[in-house]
Amino acid sequence: MSSVLYDVPGPKARRVSLIASIIGGLLILGLLAWVVTILAQQGIFEARRWQIFTRGDVWQLLGKGLGSTLSAAALAAVIAFPLGLLLCLLRISDAAFIRIPMRIILEFLRGMPVVLMMLFILLGFGTSAFIAVVAGLVLYNAAVFAEIIRAGIQSLPKGQREAGLAIGLTSYKSRMLIELPQAIRRMMPSLVAQMVVLLKDTSLGYIVAYGELLRAVQVMADFLGTQYLFPIFFVAAAIYIAINISVSRLAVWIERRGSKKAAGGMAKAEPDVLEAAAP
Amino acid sequence: MDVIFENLPLYWEGFLRTLFLSVVSGIFALILGTLLAAARVSPVAALRGFSTVYVEVLRNTPLTIAFFFAAVVLPRIGVKFEQFEIAAIIALSTYTAAFIAEAVRSGVNSVPVGQAEAARSIGMKFGQVLSLIILPQALRTVIPPLINILIALVKNSSVAGAFFVLELFGYGRQLANANGDAVITVLLGTAFFYLLLTVPLGILANTVERKVAIAR
Amino acid sequence: MKAFMSRRKSFVVAATAALALSLSACGGGDSGGSSNPSPVEKPSFAAGTTMAKLSSAGTIKIGTKFDQPLFGQVGLDGKPVGFDVEIGKLIAAKLGIAADKIEWSETVSANREPFIEQGKVDLVIATYTISDKRKQVVDFAGPYYEAGQALMVNKDNDSIKKPEDVKGKKVCSVTGSTPAATIVDKYGAELVPAATYSACLEPLRNKQVEAVTTDNVILAGFVDKEPDAFKLASEETFTKEPYGIGLKKGDTEFRNWINDQLESFGKDGSYKKAWEATAGSVIKTAPSLPAINRY
Repeated sequence: MSSVLYDVPGPKARRVSLIASIIGGLLILGLLAWVVTILAQQGIFEARRWQIFTRGDVWQLLGKGLGSTLSAAALAAVIAFPLGLLLCLLRISDAAFIRIPMRIILEFLRGMPVVLMMLFILLGFGTSAFIAVVAGLVLYNAAVFAEIIRAGIQSLPKGQREAGLAIGLTSYKSRMLIELPQAIRRMMPSLVAQMVVLLKDTSLGYIVAYGELLRAVQVMADFLGTQYLFPIFFVAAAIYIAINISVSRLAVWIERRGSKKAAGGMAKAEPDVLEAAAP
Repeated sequence: MDVIFENLPLYWEGFLRTLFLSVVSGIFALILGTLLAAARVSPVAALRGFSTVYVEVLRNTPLTIAFFFAAVVLPRIGVKFEQFEIAAIIALSTYTAAFIAEAVRSGVNSVPVGQAEAARSIGMKFGQVLSLIILPQALRTVIPPLINILIALVKNSSVAGAFFVLELFGYGRQLANANGDAVITVLLGTAFFYLLLTVPLGILANTVERKVAIAR
Repeated sequence: MKAFMSRRKSFVVAATAALALSLSACGGGDSGGSSNPSPVEKPSFAAGTTMAKLSSAGTIKIGTKFDQPLFGQVGLDGKPVGFDVEIGKLIAAKLGIAADKIEWSETVSANREPFIEQGKVDLVIATYTISDKRKQVVDFAGPYYEAGQALMVNKDNDSIKKPEDVKGKKVCSVTGSTPAATIVDKYGAELVPAATYSACLEPLRNKQVEAVTTDNVILAGFVDKEPDAFKLASEETFTKEPYGIGLKKGDTEFRNWINDQLESFGKDGSYKKAWEATAGSVIKTAPSLPAINRY
């Protein structure tokens, strides 16, 4: 069980680690208890505050917000992935006059904050808030997908492409038939992690007043009164974390299934590295 | 275009504020993230558990909620600060630290275990193993994703504008309000200043990636 | 411990008062929050005018704020309520359009002009201050209300009475709003920007800012909900914010027609009724219609 940083613990190390674990555990529990007590003193946990969750229209609004979040995310994901694929192919094209402008465009799309892109699309093209959110998400995530897939292709052994060209495939066919499938399979964890980021970024739709979950929560807090601010936000946070964790777990499950099917099993080290998708 | 030139001082002030937020949060995030990564693989179970939970929760929370907790919940439980920038820095650094922790952990784990075992078996101490053997190899795989995370941090600082902090995007919206006829130009100006920060970082990432690429 | 207990008690009292007030005021439909003016039967307008087009279409697109208490605030059902909303309903009724046929969209401060220019809305009634700069891009009917900027402070704060007193102090207001710009440019305060006005309440409560500034009616609404926590720094306002109805530039017939309607509202009492149904819950005396500016 030796890891890179630490050696297998011997008896003394095990004892020290056990004591440290207990002390650490107590400290963390103490901290949590302190926070909960202070909040309780402020009356956050009074039943009166949480009574609004018995109201049907509150749950209806939350449901609508959730639906808006998921639909924007789903549409954006479905468009961004093929677009990212296309941009990636253009980015690594052999023709310099395609490659270089593409590189500039991708740098531009990756360098702008998503809120700015959403606002820009809303005000510049006069679209609805939904289109602005989806378009902003699509543009940004397509650029990131393109980069991820490109990294995947470049991490392949050079022999793959050389073999493809050697048996007479064109550059394009070699990419489509040989390199892309392998690259995508390798980058699956990274790609799905980016999907989670996409889902979270729907909450940036507040900037164009898109009615997604977080905005619905704000509206509720404004309308019902600020004493409900805390319960509402806790519930919203819980919902978000639950959804995102499920999507992440889905990713892990897909990766496990995928690596069983992959011929010969891909090296696990590389995808692990790029799993750290940018927030 | 005149709108941009007239308001150049305001844009510049926003740029500097965003730069400040990003740099300070980045430094804290790097420190916290590295500590979390070390805790994640440590033999002490409590540290491991805490770090895993921390990273999982924060990676799956939208940044706006993290900001809400820092700017609204913390003062409620008594942790008040004079400047709201502190809340923004807390939110940004704790959020980004989770991603940095994952990147560093992956980087360290990408070094073959045999390297570390060999180093330990010839009698090297923990510090020596780390600095002479592990880090040089780990940095190769850690730095590109790390720079991407820092680029994302710069862009995420724009969310601070919704939580009581003056920064570039907030100034951009202010100018867009005041100049209803030149909204697009104003936003393009704001974009330009963001690119001023993110594009050099992107180029840096590409250069580092190329320099440390291992021939296959 | 004692400090906590008394603070908790006053908090509970204030929260209960706010709850009671919000339940009564934001009932929506019956006692307060909205009204339903009956549309004019078969109105007739000169052919080709915007009025004729809207009337025959049977629907009108109005942009309003969704987060401004008392003027335009969206309820849980997605429909906005407030004084601006009422004015919109009255105008639509004169076009023969029922209140539920109005398409409301949210116009945040930055997109009021673009939305009008692109035709995404026919009118903007969203605490829209008339200014010469904006008149270069859109036309204004009205003003239908004259607001003024004011300051709200904590109940126990006596150091701020006039706007000059906020020099160098932290003041909270909404990002990019006119009050925010004024308090910084003219009075030298340090701005703490927030997403909405109600977001400013927490920092004020926690004494992280010394004052909140916006139009007096909105502040009065907050004070009314929590009179033990906040108060207005003074009864006087220090700017004049004439709210107008924004419409497409150059549409003089529409503008004149709306101005005529506004004047009729002032005379037949529907203006007063609209006020009492919404902002009147906070400011009891309804204002009179300001002098319409026909330019």
